[in-house]
Amino acid sequence: MTDQQAAATVAGQHAGGDDKGQGARASLRVVAVSIGPLIAALVIGGILLLAMGFNPVSYYGYVVQRAIFSPSGLEATLTRMGPLLLIAASLIVAFRAGIWNLGGDGQYLLAAVCVAATVPLTLNVLPIWANLLLGLLIGATVGAVWGLLPAILKAWQGINEIITTLMMSFLGVSLANVLVKLAFLDPATTTPQTRTLPVEARLPRLFDTSISSGLLIGLVAVIAVHLVMTRTSFGMRLRLVGANPRAAIHAGLSVSMLTIAVFAISAALAGLSGAVDILGTHGNVRADWNPAYSLTVVPLVFLARLNGFGSIAYVFLFSALTIGGESAARRIGVPSFFSLVIVAILLITLGLAEYLDKRHQERVRR
Amino acid sequence: MALFTQAFIITLLLGAIAAGIPLLLAGLGEQLSEKAGVLNIGLEGMMLFGAYTGFLVAWASGSPSLGFLAGAGGGMVVASLMALLCVRLGLNQIVTGIALTLAAEGLTALLHFVQFSRTYPRLDGIAPLPIWPLSEIPFVGPVLFNTNAVFYLAIVLVAVFAWIYRQTHLGAALQAAGDKPAALDAAGVDVVRTRSMAVLVTGALAGLGGAYMSIAVAGVFVPFMSHGNGFIAIVLAMLARGRPLWVLGGALLFGGSLSLTTALQVAGVDMPTDVIQMLPFAMVMVVLLVAGRKAALPQALGESFVRGAR
Repeated sequence: MTDQQAAATVAGQHAGGDDKGQGARASLRVVAVSIGPLIAALVIGGILLLAMGFNPVSYYGYVVQRAIFSPSGLEATLTRMGPLLLIAASLIVAFRAGIWNLGGDGQYLLAAVCVAATVPLTLNVLPIWANLLLGLLIGATVGAVWGLLPAILKAWQGINEIITTLMMSFLGVSLANVLVKLAFLDPATTTPQTRTLPVEARLPRLFDTSISSGLLIGLVAVIAVHLVMTRTSFGMRLRLVGANPRAAIHAGLSVSMLTIAVFAISAALAGLSGAVDILGTHGNVRADWNPAYSLTVVPLVFLARLNGFGSIAYVFLFSALTIGGESAARRIGVPSFFSLVIVAILLITLGLAEYLDKRHQERVRR
Repeated sequence: MALFTQAFIITLLLGAIAAGIPLLLAGLGEQLSEKAGVLNIGLEGMMLFGAYTGFLVAWASGSPSLGFLAGAGGGMVVASLMALLCVRLGLNQIVTGIALTLAAEGLTALLHFVQFSRTYPRLDGIAPLPIWPLSEIPFVGPVLFNTNAVFYLAIVLVAVFAWIYRQTHLGAALQAAGDKPAALDAAGVDVVRTRSMAVLVTGALAGLGGAYMSIAVAGVFVPFMSHGNGFIAIVLAMLARGRPLWVLGGALLFGGSLSLTTALQVAGVDMPTDVIQMLPFAMVMVVLLVAGRKAALPQALGESFVRGAR
């Protein structure tokens, strides 16, 4: 809790600025505190690249060129943002309510597998739009169901949800593999994978581009979550539970019901993310496929201080890094794991910057 | 029943010990951290980094002992970052732990690729260190007293930690750092230093556990090879409620369910590996369902200590 409060005060200081007349300097500091760590992280990453014998300038140049300045790359970057934004929304709901749902990977993958197993079959009886709706519904439901056990254990037994969600996540990933290999196998191919949803039956593309409308679903979800958490009384109650459960009980709130509700929303959003990824991009699930988005997005939403709009910016950055990075892995030979390292370094540099900024402010005040 | 042949049982027991030692070491470390009030979610990353550095040194020098040392050192490198960010600067422990795990996953996979491309050089494994004459006892001897130095060290550590927690001032200080850090501070003991030290020792133990996986069990480093072991160790530490002996029991139990695959294969039962892989995690959930309510945790767990703050 103290960290969140500290982060909130720092954020407040940033937003409010200091006294009059210092506005320009204050906003300059905000820029320095948010851009500085990014540059530092890229420089440290560059040194790593150099140490491994790659040219950092050409690597970064290639990533940016591929992921943002080439039309197909930008479309891929924006398409990937859809599922990532849904994961971000899932995490923001939970974290703001003080619940550590770290099981997003299992919720995502199980939902993806169940969607991929169903929609190619129901396509024969349902029109395309109804089939897509069914897919989204299945994804959200499966995700929510997989979050149910940790929710119940947390709400009525007080069992730490970090552990239960992580365990359910590992379980879910393995179960998803078992389902692909044993139950939902496509009889028409020899590779272990589910049936494939035909391209024309997938989520519609935006305008004349190849950007999936999953991006819209993701944007709507993350903005809706942001508004609900900051502007509505329901969100206010959830944040109260997160900030001080004891006070919430005194205020007459049913903490266990709210806990269940948070878990249901969060896990359903993670499941929806899996559904959007299958319905929009992949069309099927191959055995042993696991993009593990959830744990990667955790640092991103924290970098954005659990702010929905900030998360959109960070998700865009990360999406570009991975799309560019995958392309660079094929062309330059830097493995795509490098983007993981950059995210981790970024979190560390941002933490350091925040700490230095706080120390600096304390010194100024004295 | 033909399943329970002697070969099956010995395979299962040896496997339980082999898979249990990394869990035991990491679990003992996590227990120490948690006692001091730091929820060390970066444990997985420390294990993985230790597995990598340990393997690398053992491979380059040809000496498994140097490898184990390097593994402990590698774990400490990650732990020192954790100590700096969470204990000293007071960043969120869960997020930092996840970030460090991601960093270790990315970095080790990257370094392994740069160095070995797509080849996986193997080590010879390590020589057993029989304790004569105990190793001559039938059945028990080959299982318990013909293993290696790391196993004996881990067992000794269980006793040492139990003694520290129960009998020493250090144990009391650790407990206070986790339950009432302000009281420890008032008693004149540096909370930040106590916690940092606990985290560093955790790193060394987790790194050693990781190195054991790569050097002694697998004989090879594969990216992402810790596969959730760090998280299982965290559960073990939580369920053991501060008692090292319980970590030992839990580690052997989970080690057994991890090694069931090989044991079943020896017995001629063919089960898909994915199903077997679910076993340890399913078991954690069952144990939590049955005993979870009693998993009491230190009061100030996960909260950073700022001197003078209310």
